Amino acid sequence: MNPIEGTIDSQSKSETAAGVKAGVAAGDEAALHPMFHNPRKLRLFKERFFYGSILLATLCALGFLFYLLFSIGAQGWEHLDMDFINNFPSRKPAQAGFKSAIWGTVWLGGMTLIFSVFFGVGAALYLQELSPKNRFTSSIQVSISTLAGVPSIIYGMLGLGIFVRFMGMGRSVLAGSLTLSLLIIPVIIIASREALKAVPDSMRMASFALGATRWQTVRDHVLPAAVPGIATGVILAMARAMGEAAPLIMLGALTYVAFVPSGPLDPFTAMPIQIFNWTSRPQEAFHDLASTGIIVLLGFLMLCNSVAIFIRLRWGRKL
Amino acid sequence: MMSQKFTSPILQATNLNLYYGTKKVVKNLNMKIGKKTVTAMIGPSGCGKSTILRSFNRMNDFIDTFSHEGEILFEGSDIYKSKIDVTEFRRRIGMVFQKPNPFSSSIAKNITWGPKINGYKGDLNELVETSLRKAALWDEVKDKLNDSGLALSGGQQQRLCIARAIAMDPEVILMDEPCSALDPASTLAIEDLIHDLKQQYTIVIVTHNMQQAARVSEYTAFMYNGDLVEYGPTTKLFSTPDEKLTRDYIVGRFG
Repeated sequence: MNPIEGTIDSQSKSETAAGVKAGVAAGDEAALHPMFHNPRKLRLFKERFFYGSILLATLCALGFLFYLLFSIGAQGWEHLDMDFINNFPSRKPAQAGFKSAIWGTVWLGGMTLIFSVFFGVGAALYLQELSPKNRFTSSIQVSISTLAGVPSIIYGMLGLGIFVRFMGMGRSVLAGSLTLSLLIIPVIIIASREALKAVPDSMRMASFALGATRWQTVRDHVLPAAVPGIATGVILAMARAMGEAAPLIMLGALTYVAFVPSGPLDPFTAMPIQIFNWTSRPQEAFHDLASTGIIVLLGFLMLCNSVAIFIRLRWGRKL
Repeated sequence: MMSQKFTSPILQATNLNLYYGTKKVVKNLNMKIGKKTVTAMIGPSGCGKSTILRSFNRMNDFIDTFSHEGEILFEGSDIYKSKIDVTEFRRRIGMVFQKPNPFSSSIAKNITWGPKINGYKGDLNELVETSLRKAALWDEVKDKLNDSGLALSGGQQQRLCIARAIAMDPEVILMDEPCSALDPASTLAIEDLIHDLKQQYTIVIVTHNMQQAARVSEYTAFMYNGDLVEYGPTTKLFSTPDEKLTRDYIVGRFG
């Protein structure tokens, strides 16, 4: 039994026992001090109600998650084998595989990571550590928060207009990863700024008092201290980017690709696009394949997260 | 107001006004600090003593609303002149803060980081040892130089911060209530250390503790409400102060 529940129970039990023994005990207790009216039963009820509601909230969230995992697992498990990972998509469900989608996502992920960390963390460092605090920079802050809430398909349209057409990158991995970077840079900026804000000022002052420049201070003290927080933000943002289909479809990413991209200017597909494509087919067999794809995508995200957690732990130990 | 007449002061404030926004926190300060002296600055909270200390090495630059009028001379040159190299100047004026703030790296790296970024050419291992010896910390940490500086006790951390300041071979060490976060034993260790350090360095120490000012300093400045009320030899100021306000503060009538 939960320890909190335990104490509540034993308290209420002793109270009931006392109440039985001395009839109006509760009333007497209240009379001990005229200024302290302490309706104990009501407080206990509120306490339990609060405990119960947050427990229910947790269970609901977990329940839906497990239902999702279970139904996907049941549907997609049987197709999960090396053929699925090594084959290209096909019109025949039995031969269809996920290879081009997996490699497309790996390419997208790698390049998005590079762009978004460089620009996102760079912007956060500028805004938090270097920029003057005035009305202009605070209006930038508000704009960034707004950008973080813009629907991803809008970024797809932006990417189509700027990267694919105007800059002539075509429907390439480069255009896709730049678009996904735009999508997650606001999130990375916000998370990184919070992480930088949490670094105590005393550390900056110690550094400046030794004759350090701003760059030396940031490089050797502020940034290392903020890395765990920044990493968390980057992980969450990357997970979002890897799960996005809408902006890539908007860009015109292909849904049937029978090759692995060999460079940043090659066309591509990605896991969410392939999954979306399979679910929209009429044949039941493709729906099962979609579930298998979801399992692989989830596995991929978990792998990325574990690597990130590993880096965080190692980083913490080094300091 | 009585003032000290040093013929070649290392620090000198002339007609200095310091502001946070429109609030004047230090009013028309004229003060000279002699070479290789220990000067204590006392006064009730909010009297401006820490603000003065932080303007001696321009740490107030990081407060957006801060502004100043008048001048501060360090070795005869105005530190707020734009052509001065602030980083070189901060190397020559070290600072120890109220709360010990070692870097979250090893004890050795805490010492060597400052000299390294300032282009120190000598032997770093030797520098670690001499700095820690001067800060009376060597014997306690010599076997664990690679341990984190944060693993030390509060008093040891503060001595590490002093060692870190000493490693830069400064001329002045500014101390902003260096003992206020420490227990009595550590406070005593720091005070002993100040006695040793004054052979080599000029020390300016802000303190809330009047006994401490009396124990460690040769000169004491009493500030009240942004004014320098009295400044003179510590023994004189504590035994026969010229100003009634000083006497009232010292005997504990207010503050």
